[in-house]
Amino acid sequence: MAVELEFLKSIPYFAGLEPSVLESVRRRVFEKKADKGEILSFEGEKSDVLYFVVSGVVKVFKTSADGKEQIFRIIRPGESFNDVPVLSGGVNLVSAAAMVPVTLNAVKKQDLENILREHPGMALNIIQVLSRRVQELVSLVEDLSFRHVTSRVAKMLLEYTEAGAGGTPRLTQQEMASMIGTAREMVGRSLKSLEEEGTIRMERNRIVIADQKALREMAGVTP
Amino acid sequence: MKDMPSIDREKCQACGLCVSICNCGALVMSGNNVKVMDASNCGWCTLCELVCPYGAISCPFEIVVERDPGPE
Repeated sequence: MAVELEFLKSIPYFAGLEPSVLESVRRRVFEKKADKGEILSFEGEKSDVLYFVVSGVVKVFKTSADGKEQIFRIIRPGESFNDVPVLSGGVNLVSAAAMVPVTLNAVKKQDLENILREHPGMALNIIQVLSRRVQELVSLVEDLSFRHVTSRVAKMLLEYTEAGAGGTPRLTQQEMASMIGTAREMVGRSLKSLEEEGTIRMERNRIVIADQKALREMAGVTP
Repeated sequence: MKDMPSIDREKCQACGLCVSICNCGALVMSGNNVKVMDASNCGWCTLCELVCPYGAISCPFEIVVERDPGPE
């Protein structure tokens, strides 16, 4: 499938651009597909392609020396990854892998820089994207530093369902653990404790949020 | 067939740990492979995923918000 102008328009990077500018962007963007589990970028390697998720979901993660995985972000349709190494010119600080079969739009670093030189107004969009990224990372540091595991599980469940429209993959307990920086066993215990309190209900392979208000309180999230 | 645990064939070493811990007969050894059966009593205990040393088994959960039933 060709790169769609309508999709590019919906990406924060290209928001508000004139149709002629968008068309010039489209000519430099190419499509890439990946299967579930495929690694899209490796931590420590140089990367010169910026990706936008068109369909499917990608996880951005880091692996410790003993194999423990910390998921930093779940990238959904319309969102980007690889921004930092592409813009800084450094190596990837994290790896990225497809959680389900994915379709991506991609632009090479050199082409992105050319677009920016031709249309410097787009830099404001990129500053906004990177600022949001900093906010997300500060929020993750706060969660890891100050929240108890059950509170982190509650917050993850809420965030996952809130942002989940169109392309939310199902999560294993190991993936949940990797998202909130804890052990799989702790996720199991927290889910059990949330179920006992009646905030969630486990229906075989479904986690049903039964009391959103109580879960928000548990997560320390203001309505 | 209802949703069942899935096995990544590239990661699975057919060690049989999952088969030994499965209480409902959803996982069986078939020659040198682990086979997933359509076991109606599989309650998604996720023990097979927990014990797999190779990370080859996935028991993923769908996460949903309970819909307000609305006025009767």
